[in-house]
Amino acid sequence: MNNNLKGIDMVVGAKGSPLQLILSSVYHVDSPTGNISYKEADEISKNKMVGSSIKLLYGDNYKGFRIVGAEKKYIQLYGAVFKKGNEWNKPFEVVVGSKVSKELKINLGDEFVSSHGLRENGESHDHKSFKVVGLLESSNSVIDQLIITSPTSVWNIHDDHDHLDDDEHQHNEKEITAMLIKFKSPMNIIQFPRLINEKTNLQAAVPSYEISRLFKLFGFGIETLSYLAYIIIIVSGFSLFINLFNSMNDRKYEMALIRTLGGSRLQLSKMIIFESLILTISGFLLGLLFSRLGVILVSSFMEESINYDLNSFNILTDEYWLLILSVLIGLVASLIPVIQVYKMNISKILSDE
Amino acid sequence: MIKTKKLEFSYDNQEFFKFHDINLKKKENLLIIGKSGVGKTTLLHLLAGLLKSSSGSIELCGKNITSLSSDKLDKFRKNNIGIVFQRPHFVNSLTVKENLQLAQYIANKKNNFRIESVLKNLNIFDKAHNKTNSLSQGEKQRASIAMAIINSPKLILADEPSSSLDDENCTRVIKLLKKQAREFEAQLIVITHDSRLKKHFEKSIEL
Repeated sequence: MNNNLKGIDMVVGAKGSPLQLILSSVYHVDSPTGNISYKEADEISKNKMVGSSIKLLYGDNYKGFRIVGAEKKYIQLYGAVFKKGNEWNKPFEVVVGSKVSKELKINLGDEFVSSHGLRENGESHDHKSFKVVGLLESSNSVIDQLIITSPTSVWNIHDDHDHLDDDEHQHNEKEITAMLIKFKSPMNIIQFPRLINEKTNLQAAVPSYEISRLFKLFGFGIETLSYLAYIIIIVSGFSLFINLFNSMNDRKYEMALIRTLGGSRLQLSKMIIFESLILTISGFLLGLLFSRLGVILVSSFMEESINYDLNSFNILTDEYWLLILSVLIGLVASLIPVIQVYKMNISKILSDE
Repeated sequence: MIKTKKLEFSYDNQEFFKFHDINLKKKENLLIIGKSGVGKTTLLHLLAGLLKSSSGSIELCGKNITSLSSDKLDKFRKNNIGIVFQRPHFVNSLTVKENLQLAQYIANKKNNFRIESVLKNLNIFDKAHNKTNSLSQGEKQRASIAMAIINSPKLILADEPSSSLDDENCTRVIKLLKKQAREFEAQLIVITHDSRLKKHFEKSIEL
């Protein structure tokens, strides 16, 4: 998620929920809060505290993938590289993200008609079609699932009178959806958003702040789940222990037999410990497998609904700790059976018929 | 050579057993016969080093095993003693052959040919790949004899080896035990209440 936040200190958009503004403009998962005037946005971008700014227009889609009108530096913001083709030069030329081209099997030179709104079944803009002039490599960021074009294209498609010229006075009446801002100095992040929120009828939101707020809201649920997980770990530790204990009782004749064959206590203890470790380690591996299956499942649901996928199949550092923990549980659970083996009275077991 | 002297044993100072001295020369076999409750199994466990005597001494293969530590006893047992138990015990999750391989593994004497010949001798070679649970009583008895002799011990101790066998198999088993003892220069001590066995032994003690 943090990949998508790089280079964005603040977002300016229409008044509404700040979280919604961030989700729609940075992550492209929510609806926009509304439009703002191009002129006002432009004034903000000329403020001396602003290092760089990117104006965004969105609100249309093609087969569920969002079409974003943006300045060309939007592509560089995410460090995306061209796989084929180039940037747009004329209105209605588009560059598509790697996931879009892969899923919709779009190639250079293809043309398509966009639909209004952010859902697939919006009213379509039949009168004008887009032409693909560039394909991007994957950059593991939100741009992979976007279709990017010039702001002019988006203005034109919504302009009933079809004025194709885009001189300055036209822009004054135009609107944009949001503007991404990077400050000259990180210090500005404290005063500048407040300035905008108080002095203008625009809204400024800080992505890192909103996202950490979102996680705090989720936090309660996540905490409950992790306590539940701890309880499950403890209970399985106990059940493993009880299982080993019982199986020792069932197999005391076998243990005695191995001793009479000349097996030492140490050999028997090793056998029990290995058995316990095999159980816990295979349990760990199965758990790893199921957790990945779970991630795949959730990820496919998420992809269907909001075109986001999770790609965390690597082993996490926490899971190395989990491995150490399961080995420890295995060792502890085999402790009492091992003590039993040491105290075992072979003669008594064998004559206990 | 097997010698015991003034062997005594007591369970928690309540039951008290006093055993006759045993004196066996090389190649001599012994039948110990007695009713139940006279400490037959106790004597066998003392000879096998599974129990520690309260007093007296046991000399096997030139070693006084009453003075050995528990670890040394384990080592001594796997190199020198094979035990046929009253009721057969196996590792039930393994097949007959795997049980024998386990016994060989413990004694570090891996030899598949030996397994084959022992099983053929005991007439249960066709059960080699069966789980021990699926064997009949008689087959289990023979498989447990195979476990006892698989590592060619110097002393074979048998606790009621014939109790669940018919006359024919009883003779066969005793002959097999004696043959094994002869071939590997081992000595055989059989403990039983079964008087059928008397005729097979030159030397016997009544408890």
